Amino acid sequence: MTDPFSLTAMDIFRFATHIGLTHYLLLAALLFAIGLFGLLTRRGIIPALMCVELMLNAVNINLVAFNHYLPMPDHSGQLMAIFSIAVAAAEIAIGVALAFRVYRDRNTVNLDDLDHLKG
Amino acid sequence: MFDFALTHAWLIPLLPALAFLIIGLGTRQDKDTSAKIAITMSALSFLLALGVAGAVITRPVVMADPFVMKTLWAKVGDIELFMGVLVDPLTAMMLFVVTTVALLVQIYSVGYMAHDPGAGRFFAFLSLFASSMLGLVLSVNFMQMYAFWELVGLCSYLLIGFYYYKDSAREAAKKAFITTRIGDFGMLLGILLVQLTFGTLDFLELKALLPTYIWETGGGILTVIALLLFIGPIGKSGQFPLHVWLPDAMEGPTPVSALIHAATMVVAGVYLVGRAYFLFSALPVVLEVIAWVGGFTAIFAATIAITQRPFKRILAYSTISQLGYMMLALGVGSLTASMFHLMTHAFFKALLFLCAGAVIEAMHEEADIFKMGGLKERMPVTFRCMTIGVLAIAGVPPLAGFFSKDAILAAAAEVSTPLYILATVTAFLTAFYMARLLFVAFFGEVKPDCPAQETNAWMRWPLVVLAALSVVSGVWGHFAGFGEWVFHGPITEEHISWQIAGTSVALTLLAFFLAYEIYVAKRWSSYEISRRLGVLYTLSYNKYYIDEIYTVIRNTFVDKFGAVLYWFDLHIVDGIVNGLARFTGGLSGVLGLAENGQVQRYVTVFYCGAIALVAYSLVFAWLVLSVLGGAF
Amino acid sequence: MNDLLSLVHSLVNGGMDMAVEMGAPDLIQAGIFYALAGVAVLSALGVVLCRNVVHSALLLTASFIGVGCLYLYTAADFMGAVQFLVYGGAVAILIVMAIMLTRREDMAHSNPSRSLLHQAGAAIVAGGFLLTMALAALLSPFQEAPAALGDSVTGLADLMLTKYVLPFEVAAILLLVAMIGAIILAKGADEA
Repeated sequence: MTDPFSLTAMDIFRFATHIGLTHYLLLAALLFAIGLFGLLTRRGIIPALMCVELMLNAVNINLVAFNHYLPMPDHSGQLMAIFSIAVAAAEIAIGVALAFRVYRDRNTVNLDDLDHLKG
Repeated sequence: MFDFALTHAWLIPLLPALAFLIIGLGTRQDKDTSAKIAITMSALSFLLALGVAGAVITRPVVMADPFVMKTLWAKVGDIELFMGVLVDPLTAMMLFVVTTVALLVQIYSVGYMAHDPGAGRFFAFLSLFASSMLGLVLSVNFMQMYAFWELVGLCSYLLIGFYYYKDSAREAAKKAFITTRIGDFGMLLGILLVQLTFGTLDFLELKALLPTYIWETGGGILTVIALLLFIGPIGKSGQFPLHVWLPDAMEGPTPVSALIHAATMVVAGVYLVGRAYFLFSALPVVLEVIAWVGGFTAIFAATIAITQRPFKRILAYSTISQLGYMMLALGVGSLTASMFHLMTHAFFKALLFLCAGAVIEAMHEEADIFKMGGLKERMPVTFRCMTIGVLAIAGVPPLAGFFSKDAILAAAAEVSTPLYILATVTAFLTAFYMARLLFVAFFGEVKPDCPAQETNAWMRWPLVVLAALSVVSGVWGHFAGFGEWVFHGPITEEHISWQIAGTSVALTLLAFFLAYEIYVAKRWSSYEISRRLGVLYTLSYNKYYIDEIYTVIRNTFVDKFGAVLYWFDLHIVDGIVNGLARFTGGLSGVLGLAENGQVQRYVTVFYCGAIALVAYSLVFAWLVLSVLGGAF
Repeated sequence: MNDLLSLVHSLVNGGMDMAVEMGAPDLIQAGIFYALAGVAVLSALGVVLCRNVVHSALLLTASFIGVGCLYLYTAADFMGAVQFLVYGGAVAILIVMAIMLTRREDMAHSNPSRSLLHQAGAAIVAGGFLLTMALAALLSPFQEAPAALGDSVTGLADLMLTKYVLPFEVAAILLLVAMIGAIILAKGADEA
């Protein structure tokens, strides 16, 4: 891809059929954006948590794809993704515990009702 | 022995101060002990004052060579303030008067305050007052005098408001304090100007510096200084137009009226002018102002006194009038006459007030003289003392007032005929209203439900002593040569001008006769006379509406100006502050929209930032690459 | 326009030729990628848009599995396994349990969204994010050179126990702390 304005249909077709790093990055970006949209629109805590997981997952795709397509000497990209998964696991555990706690204490799981940070 | 008194003169004000501390801190609840302490200390002060007076009589100290003892009080930069004692015959006379009256009044108060639960407090304040007044009298410089000047003002305030549970007493106390403060402010300006001009406030140093200064630079600034200083005495000594507080000050207990508002504190103004007479006497313009202020006050107050009904109010206006007399004497250049009259007045006016106290107490707080009558039989001792007081103030020879008043009249006659006539008319009026007071209250029929009877011994004996002093002080002062001790400039020959004295005595007797005809013999109806006089009577009865005029001035000028300032404060000053607050509040409201506690709003903002960062780095990278010509 | 016509022409006339010309393995690869990516993306959309939170959770698992398959496809087999185990298994179960524990009366509307205006705003933000990220991905001059890294399990094990041993231990501690924290949170501090 040199000049975006001189692309031919052939170029587009070739790009579409030759799966490479960019495709994974685009997929990751799309998943991330979907997760973000969900995070911004859902009212409940648990759906919001799910969206956060989606976003983390999208980031992991990036890491794995980089590791696969770029000239790397070892598997450190995947390793980063594994750490990321570990952190995500910790996060979801805490998040679910928090949600449970909030539900127990305030009898709600709506983010709207949790505005005690209001300035 | 006189040397001992002289070198220990500093004890004279300290002893009552000690009494104040002991009573105030310890025995306030126990009025008998309090009274004993106060009287003991006053008596010791009195003895020391006698010793000082002895030193004057045997002449170790004279006007030209005073005894001075001072110690450094405060040092600010290169300004050194001293505090100490300055004893000359003037001081000695004042010490004698103040300690005598203070002692007698305190003894009297034992009887007067016998049933008042606040008696301990009363004696504490009286002691503090005595201490302050004596300190004032002994001052070596203007600053010390000013400090004690304010202290006596404070005592006056405290004692006028002694019956603090009475609205009128509280109001009177405030009025007295604020009114005299006006004068004090002028005086303070004068003192500061003295310091600026001469670099010293010491009386003796100033006295030494003054002739050279006048010779070198003239009297312009000095006149300003003297006039400013004179504002203090106008306030303190109840001169027109700041006299309004003195009649109201009668709300205080009667011994206070006798001690503070008749005999001692109110003459502080006269004393100040006398003490700084070296300054005033060098300035003819200022002297003239003093003379006219004094003269006008004298006749002005006398015309009011004629129509008043409350016992003490009559005496209060009489006091104002007599203080005007003293000022007049100073104004016409006779320190001797003024101080002589100060002394005699202290005795007979204190006597009159103490009699008033006895009468009013006997009448169960009834102050209107027209509700009294026939007290002559009921209270014989009081009546005799009162008669002596009235004769003394009216100037009947050979009582005290005759000599001192005659001295003033003679001095006035030498300088200015209008002032002399003014003073003479005042003397006539004085005799008339005092006779009216005496006749109405003590003669005539005894009112049917009159509870009056003779007072107790505590109150009786001070009256007798003061009556004796009222009788002899004039004669003694005249023949022992008061003018050879207390004088300024050349010693004036003491001689009675028979023409002047004769006129005044004749007028006095005429006034007595008229008053007798009107109020005892009832040949003329007093009501008819007041009706005939019409406007004049109304003016006098309402004290020339001075209070009302002040009220109007306050309401129109002060309140309106205050309203303007209030508006300014409310809308401009507060407006700015509130505006700032409102602006900040509004701004925070705007910012608060971002801080609404909704996590998702925060996430939105956060990602907007993230997008902006990525977009920025993209644009930046594109720019760099296109400049470098690199290919995608 | 001509290019497009020629594209259509060649598609109609000689699909097979072209397939050979372009390389059939690439096409197969592309088909698999798009299929898996489609599963992941559509499931993700379902997560975001479903009104029933249980459906959301199930679709989330589907999305995770789709992504896990993509991992396998990019020669990251261990990563794929971890994805299935952790995301497809543990996280999914945790979320379903959370849903159960915070159960509402009406499951059908258990996953409410915000107002339309709000959704529009969220769409703008998400779209803007997608746009910038896509641009960044498309415009970045990556030099793709896939290296043969060998067995990922061996490689990861080597790294994990040598070069990254410290982060590995830290991650272990993090998980422990998270576990304890979750227990305490769930039980309540006063009961713990």
